[in-house]
Amino acid sequence: MCLSVADVKDCVQKIKTLKYAEEVCYNGTLIIKAFSSGLEIGTSNWTINGPRRNITCLSSSIFESAHAMNFDYHSLQGNDLILFSDFSSLHGTTGVCKDSDASSNLHACQASTAYDCSSPRDDNGNGEGFIKSLFNSEESLEEMEKLAFICSCAIDSVKEGGSVLIPIGHLGIVLQLVEQISLSLESANLKVPIFIISTIAEDILAFTNVVPEWLCEQRQQKLYSGEPLFAHVELIKDKKLHLFPAVYSPNLLGMWQEPCIVFSPHWSLRLGPVVHLLRRWCGDQKCLLVLEQGVDADLALLPFKPMKMKVLQCSFRCGIKYGFLLHLSRHYFHCSTVLTFSVCRLQQVQPLLEMLKPKFVLLPEELRLQIPSSNTHLSSFFYYTENETLRVPRLRDFFEADLAFQFQPGRLKEENKCLARLKGELFIEHGKHLFVLGKEPVDSSQSRPLLHWGSLDLNLLLKRLREKGINGSVEQSGSDIGPLNACLIHVYEPNKALIEIRAMSTIISAADETLASLIFEAVSSVLDGI
Amino acid sequence: MGLEGDTWQEKSLAAGNLLQTKARKVQLQLGSHSAMEIESLILGAGQEVGKSCVVVSIGGKKIMFDCGMHMGYLDHRRYPDFSLISKSGDFDKALTCIIITHFHLDHVGALPYFTEVCGYRGPIYMTYPTKALAPMMLEDYRKVMVERRGEQEQFSSDHIVECMKKVTAVDLKQTVQVDNDLQIRAYYAGHVLGAAMFYAKVGDSAMVYTGDYNMTPDRHLGAAQIDRLRLDLLITESTYATTVRDSKYAREREFLKAVHKCVAGGGKVLIPTFALGRAQELCILLDDYWERMTRPVVINIDGGLTIQANMYYKMLISWTSQKVKDTYATRNAFDFKHVCSFDRSLINAPGPCVLFATPGMISGGFSLEVFKQWAPSEMNLVTLPGYCVAGTIGHKLMSGKPTKIDLDKDTQIDVRCQIHQLSFSPHTDAKGIMDLVKFLSPKHVILVHGEKPKMASLKGRIQSELGIPCYYPANNDAVHIPSTQYVKADATDTFIRSCLNPNFEFLKSSGESNSDLGFKDSNAVQLVQIRDERVAQGILILENRKKAKVVHQDELLPMLGVENHEVKSAYCCPVHISNLEQIKPNELSRSNLSLDPSSRKNALPLSKCSWLHLLFEKLSNELPGGDIQELKNHLQLESFHVSVCSNDNCPYKTLEVSDIKSDTGLYPDPCLHAYSEVLRFESRGGNFPINWLYVPIGRGVFKPSSAEFGPAWFGMKCKNLGSSSPRL
Ligand SMILES: [Zn+2]
Ligand SMILES: [Zn+2]
Repeated sequence: MCLSVADVKDCVQKIKTLKYAEEVCYNGTLIIKAFSSGLEIGTSNWTINGPRRNITCLSSSIFESAHAMNFDYHSLQGNDLILFSDFSSLHGTTGVCKDSDASSNLHACQASTAYDCSSPRDDNGNGEGFIKSLFNSEESLEEMEKLAFICSCAIDSVKEGGSVLIPIGHLGIVLQLVEQISLSLESANLKVPIFIISTIAEDILAFTNVVPEWLCEQRQQKLYSGEPLFAHVELIKDKKLHLFPAVYSPNLLGMWQEPCIVFSPHWSLRLGPVVHLLRRWCGDQKCLLVLEQGVDADLALLPFKPMKMKVLQCSFRCGIKYGFLLHLSRHYFHCSTVLTFSVCRLQQVQPLLEMLKPKFVLLPEELRLQIPSSNTHLSSFFYYTENETLRVPRLRDFFEADLAFQFQPGRLKEENKCLARLKGELFIEHGKHLFVLGKEPVDSSQSRPLLHWGSLDLNLLLKRLREKGINGSVEQSGSDIGPLNACLIHVYEPNKALIEIRAMSTIISAADETLASLIFEAVSSVLDGI
Repeated sequence: MGLEGDTWQEKSLAAGNLLQTKARKVQLQLGSHSAMEIESLILGAGQEVGKSCVVVSIGGKKIMFDCGMHMGYLDHRRYPDFSLISKSGDFDKALTCIIITHFHLDHVGALPYFTEVCGYRGPIYMTYPTKALAPMMLEDYRKVMVERRGEQEQFSSDHIVECMKKVTAVDLKQTVQVDNDLQIRAYYAGHVLGAAMFYAKVGDSAMVYTGDYNMTPDRHLGAAQIDRLRLDLLITESTYATTVRDSKYAREREFLKAVHKCVAGGGKVLIPTFALGRAQELCILLDDYWERMTRPVVINIDGGLTIQANMYYKMLISWTSQKVKDTYATRNAFDFKHVCSFDRSLINAPGPCVLFATPGMISGGFSLEVFKQWAPSEMNLVTLPGYCVAGTIGHKLMSGKPTKIDLDKDTQIDVRCQIHQLSFSPHTDAKGIMDLVKFLSPKHVILVHGEKPKMASLKGRIQSELGIPCYYPANNDAVHIPSTQYVKADATDTFIRSCLNPNFEFLKSSGESNSDLGFKDSNAVQLVQIRDERVAQGILILENRKKAKVVHQDELLPMLGVENHEVKSAYCCPVHISNLEQIKPNELSRSNLSLDPSSRKNALPLSKCSWLHLLFEKLSNELPGGDIQELKNHLQLESFHVSVCSNDNCPYKTLEVSDIKSDTGLYPDPCLHAYSEVLRFESRGGNFPINWLYVPIGRGVFKPSSAEFGPAWFGMKCKNLGSSSPRL
């Protein structure tokens, strides 16, 4: 079944949009918030705060982004449970293996592990300092290097007279590549047009320039200095960058010149303008195709064989890192160049978890080996698999309730304990239980204890009875005066009554209600009760 | 906040009632630092418009809302008196943070002075647009002060830059955790781009400071929007405390008509405005209108300021109205088609012209320059903003229709041009303020940013119409209001569940309960009311150095580790049954009575079980709502038991029928054989009002005495029985 535009519009209408850190309350009890994950504009990690536990859904996150707002890990601190669902390392790992297998003449250079896991950990183990060190670190430098490498390859191709085709994958990468390539072209003094051919190019680019609140700090700084957030605004104005909805757009034909640099969907190489352009250029060895990691290049290029075009495949960060390998390989197949960057490091996960201090971490089963639970004492690890329910122990036996502030008379019991009966109404608001005590005064009869405990001190009771002018004779049943035996007080003054005292019960029989209630008071005053 | 052992106090109630000798009134005080009140110190905009600045102490935090300057003063009165915050001048220690609502100078004008000259280095919050646009306003003002008035500057360009570096930008609705206790959130306020109302919450105390706001959308901005919040305090602007405005569109049409007429007649239109806000609104309005005109005249904007401002507006379009927002991809509304920069040499060029020039109130600068040239011609038009500070030319033009204006002792300007005063304002009117106050229903309202007499009248309305205490303090006054504080307690599942369960009560009321003493036909119509009060009950446990706990009654004893001591009340009384023929056949058929209905005089002694059963039948009839259980040796309803007394020494067994008579004034029918048995009524663990109950069995009477006990006596709620003693 194919969805109509109306269906899509209908669906989108139902979406409630949120800002980062905006609270939305579901059903009075769950407070849901989104925080930036750094991967792309608007990508989020979610927290769900309920009366029972606070949950973080941690998705693929990037500490320092060159376009989107950075990973806001601070706001995830202190939640009880982390549902870890950053699968980026899983894809990364398999990708590397496949590439190694695929090429017989692998020409790999193994870079040294960039970090020593133990060295930057002198910050009393909370990981905060380490996390901070990740900012401005080699991580983003590597990303810049990758972009620079792609730029240099593109410039090389263009100089040779070949065009460059970049299927659109991650938006952030496209935005940065547009900026970088145009800079490189300018510094090489090349007048080569850049085209973005996509039905949504105009909307997307206009959009990226009106969302400063969702961007990284460097971009926000541009807002404050009154510059456009992305360079594409000026590039379009200067007619260096051209946007067209489709290859057959009439204006495109007028503008078209080769060599050129084209961004276009779809990364699968099966749909969109990219198919036409690949057909056109696949036989030209001067041309360059830039693929992102995650695409099976062999398979994707199958319909375009024989491929003479150079192919550059590059992986960009798409999540928190797990592995220890910085893997850089360059190999050839089908007369093309495949360049693989694979950066996998485990070391970001553990300091992150140490800093977030969850009580439970739920990890995908596939990461059981990658992330050993042994060296964290703070959290318990659980591993989940698809289609299986995982039971997590409950954390709190109690709800936290707020009590509105006036108190009814309470009862002091032991030295340091105080009890009070509460009567009122319970509200559940914004994830909080609020107990508002009733305003009407409780009548005196209601303040009589309903519940008693402890054993009754006979002498004290007789004293209290005498204070109330009640006299009676004590009859111990049996010879033992043990606590289990019943003891009777025959009251004769002011009226007849019988008090039967046992270890854990007392029975008052009286025909006279006033007397009965006086005796009840006396008994109550001797026992603990509420 | 936890309950510390030394922070709560108990007070004995000196009540005469003996019952309450052990009852204590519990008062809880939370932490010595948290004074249970909110203090609002008005440093500016108290009974005036200008230098908005309120310092609110709430839950141990101190927040400065706005840090504005007064445009009407040049002396010390220009800035808020910051010495009232801290005598020592250690503002970092005194203040938790500063919140700026929008970029107008009467709200942000003193900020660079406060941070760079007074030395405040703590956090400052404002929205993204305010952070982007405030420096422009500040720089523009600084230039005017220094270059045009030749005054010594209060702060430099660098000061502005350094000051803005300290600012944290926030998005709308983003919940910002300033520290562990203080949470703030911005809400859309309309008024100008990026204007926000701010919500602040510490513990259970919460407040909103509105800044300036507009409850109706204009050409480029939406209306103010806020959630329904539980608030102790609302501090609201009250510029138009008594004005009620009609449709904005009519006023806009008036403006357009005036401009059109002037331009069509070949005249020149001077629109003095500030660079930001009104300028963009009018640009959109004119640009839009010009679209529909055949021969549009170019709209000129003087200086780079407004052109540059438009650049900001383009990027911040998501802060404008929905209508403007929706079109950003195809054409950004701030990409004006008919607007261009003004060439100042063309000031006296012939032909029609529309010109935006700063400043807005013609207090100097280029707008004054142009005014001097254009005012003498009756073909020309000058528009004036809705509000002009006294002393400015704008203010002089507004008050009456002067034909000559003395600029200084040497210069006099002939005023023959037309004057059009813009009557639309980015401030809410009185209705909008009332609507907001009503919507938020805070516990207290403070009015700022208004004129004293109008504020007094609005205060009266808020107090009388909405019943909310309202204040409008003068500058340097402080208002103290109590704040909400809750006791945090751990509540058990069982307690919470018991609270959430529907709590139906079946109330029976009978129409003629007072008609006679004790007899009432069981078939009489009984009205059953169902009430779901959701009155929840629980027990609060306070313990030294432990968090308060709320449990359900059933959980208390195990939690305390003690055993229940049942205090039962019992009463034995003889019950006489007579008139057995009145027992209906259907009752008998269901009973195990072996009676011959024809021989009433030979009624046999009933067995104990039969006795109970008979009672059960009777009571079930009388009390259909009550869930009476017939058990082997007793009947039970909730905590109430009825059994046949097995004690041979029961002191009441020998009670005579005459005793009953004397007590109740009722006799068993003497003509019939009566049979009596001692019934024991026992209640377990009850807190029961002492009432007499008479339950007829046949025409006999039994009288459970003092032991009748209960919020529920056989399902009859005390409330229903009430004070009029139950006579069934
Ligand atoms: Zn304002
Ligand atoms: Zn104002």
